[in-house]
Amino acid sequence: MSLLSNPYDPGDFFDEMYAAGGDVRPHYRSLVERLGTLPLPEFERRRAAVDLAFLRRGVTFTVYNDSEGTERIFPFDLIPRIIPSREWSRLEAGLIQRITALNLFLHDLYHDQKILKDNVVPAAQILSARHFRREFMNFGVPHDIYVHICGTDLIRDRDGSYLVLEDNLRCPSGVSYMIENRSAMRRAFPNLFQSYGVRPVEGYSELLLKSLLHIAPDRSDKPNVVLLTPGVYNSAYFEHCFLARQMGIPIVEGRDLLVQDTRVYMRTTSGLLPVDVIYRRIDDDFLDPAVFRPDSMLGVPGLVASYRAGNVALANSIGTGVADDKVIYAYIPKVIKYYLDQDPILPNVATYLASEPADRKFILENIAKLVVKSANEAGGYGMLIGPAATKEEVADFRAKVAANPRNFIAQDPIMLSRSPTWCDNRLEGRHIDLRPYVLCGEKTVVTPGGLTRVALRKGSLVVNSSQGGGSKDTWVLADEK
Amino acid sequence: MTAPARKSVPAASKIPPPRPQANVMLSRVAHSLYWMSRYIERAENIARLLEVNLQFILDFRGYDDAHLREHWGSILNSSGDQDLFDKHYESADSRSVTEFFAFDLRNTNSILSCVFAARENARMIRDQISVEMWETINELYLFLKSRSTSDVWAAGPYEFFQDIKRNSHLFQGLTDSTYSRSEGWEFIQFGKFVERANKTARILDVKYHILLPSAGDVGGAVDTAQWQAVLRSASALEAYRKFYVREILPWKVAEFLIFSDSFPRSIHFCVAQIDDFLRRILGESGARPRTGAARSSRKLLANLQALTIDEVLKEGLHEFLVDIGTSLENISDEVVQTTMFYQAESTQEEQQLQQQQ
Repeated sequence: MSLLSNPYDPGDFFDEMYAAGGDVRPHYRSLVERLGTLPLPEFERRRAAVDLAFLRRGVTFTVYNDSEGTERIFPFDLIPRIIPSREWSRLEAGLIQRITALNLFLHDLYHDQKILKDNVVPAAQILSARHFRREFMNFGVPHDIYVHICGTDLIRDRDGSYLVLEDNLRCPSGVSYMIENRSAMRRAFPNLFQSYGVRPVEGYSELLLKSLLHIAPDRSDKPNVVLLTPGVYNSAYFEHCFLARQMGIPIVEGRDLLVQDTRVYMRTTSGLLPVDVIYRRIDDDFLDPAVFRPDSMLGVPGLVASYRAGNVALANSIGTGVADDKVIYAYIPKVIKYYLDQDPILPNVATYLASEPADRKFILENIAKLVVKSANEAGGYGMLIGPAATKEEVADFRAKVAANPRNFIAQDPIMLSRSPTWCDNRLEGRHIDLRPYVLCGEKTVVTPGGLTRVALRKGSLVVNSSQGGGSKDTWVLADEK
Repeated sequence: MTAPARKSVPAASKIPPPRPQANVMLSRVAHSLYWMSRYIERAENIARLLEVNLQFILDFRGYDDAHLREHWGSILNSSGDQDLFDKHYESADSRSVTEFFAFDLRNTNSILSCVFAARENARMIRDQISVEMWETINELYLFLKSRSTSDVWAAGPYEFFQDIKRNSHLFQGLTDSTYSRSEGWEFIQFGKFVERANKTARILDVKYHILLPSAGDVGGAVDTAQWQAVLRSASALEAYRKFYVREILPWKVAEFLIFSDSFPRSIHFCVAQIDDFLRRILGESGARPRTGAARSSRKLLANLQALTIDEVLKEGLHEFLVDIGTSLENISDEVVQTTMFYQAESTQEEQQLQQQQ
């Protein structure tokens, strides 16, 4: 009795492991052979060991509004997602192309606004974007890099083509799970890795630190880099600690920092120590109560003034959210063409803007067939999946869209690709996405791998951890199989 | 066999080398290290105190209800938790006291509360401590969360308390072998010895509260057993035996637990360590202390080195122990004030803001 003893139904989707007709795809063959020889009790034993290890190590995320047992492990599926090397090369090129254009776009938006003057992107859309920061017009960021850390969400449609679903240009999270999942898999299947030629992901932290050092102000030959966290109650606190420790930099909260004469310092037991670079994991709105939300206790009064004076560098820069707004997203293929004179390697999902009259009419008439998203929500919230929704939910969203068109977009529902996943003691197809991590420093680098999120609920298309999602290890292969 | 010449106590005059810049430590981190260490030591001491007394009562099945209540009452008194206990429980028996001291989260000094607090502090500074230290605290927490009073009772309390003590020892051993000798180390040790000195004083004070069945029992079987229990509560029975082989005498027990040069749980030993680490933390390098905290600790240490047990008994053991407790708290408060700029706890409002992110 092995995992593969029960029949598996790939269904009417693109299945990562099985080609149409039921053949195992070449890059999954060795894995399937191995799983075929692994007795079920042994598989279960390893699965339980991995879960226990996550719990013991405290690889958890915090669940809000839950007083008992507020930390949970992120459900982890032992069947990896495998990407052949040629497929990865294309993804890599596409991601680098996209982030290059996005950084040029942000620089332009905060300086000459040529793209608006040339009417490629309507000025009204930018000026009405919630995360556009007028205060930073004509402000020069170090090396003109706005986005240093980017986590782009990719999905595959029914014929297996990769599409960009979202650009996360503010504080993308999840990268710690990419690394922890790998170390869990190495423990569970040590021998498989040797023979498979899986490219390592562990270099991420080193590259992240390099990108952060790259933007340090010149004055110091040994810059002090810190990670700014909202605190221990934040859902991603584990990740903040994980990254700080991997890079060997201090993790600080707002109350650990203070600003004097536009210099940022941290409070140490032996006095104040200057800070040069802040990898901030809190949103713009909370960074500095003197400039943004005055009620923020997480930020540091005077931080923005110090940033403006060039005394401290921030990653990511302030105001990057304007470019990952879901409305602006619709224009990114044009943005790539405009700055790079290239066609996008990775296409967008077809998107309709409720703010455009023709699109709005189409959305309101076809809302039950579409996926509707609000422009600035994350985590799978504020979203309608028309085909799966009740009449009331559809009516409710129709009213919302009509009342506030700038705040909504709609997309054709994509039948995300599926990967065999261990559910209820058998392998079943579950929908997945992929979040690779891109770092921009002296060079732009994509870590070979990423976070594959899986919607564990049968039939669900929502992969977010807050909505019952889990994750898988993502293997990028070194050689063609 | 002659005992090897014993070095009295770690030299308090040892001057730390100037700290290299790389070792700077956030005040918040120092604070959390200090509390993490204190809470673990506290949990272990409560576990030991509870275990020894549960065992003691088993050994003296002849105790009637009134004596049982008195016995537990003296423990509650010495920990200063009598009022809180009375508020939530009807009567003090082995079960209710175990529940109160092991699992009750309303009691901020219960083992579970302490371990939870130690873990929260460790979680805030996870990047600063070793993986091994974190995993040990986390496992202890998961273990405690999975148990209840009735489980402990069903399986026999011995195993349960053994697990807690073992984890605390494991944690302290791992700290010793995986944590760099930095400023953080000084805060960890400072916290540990402050807590330990405090708890030894309280354990000794328990005996003061225990009312004897009758005057004729002094020096009798119950009295000796009680003093033996005091020694075991401080893990000191064997060490005591090595010094005073013949018998367990009350004033000898007190002398040992207060003045021993070498036993690592005696108040004198702990205060010598406190004085040493405090001077390093505050950068006190001269022979004469500059800060109030260093002055108080020096005074306390001088007393512990100069007084005799007769003088202490004449003055009143209870009063002497209470004074020690007060000085220790004053010293640690001042160190915390001097090196910290704010409270470590987050308010409810701050928690919500952090979650919004």
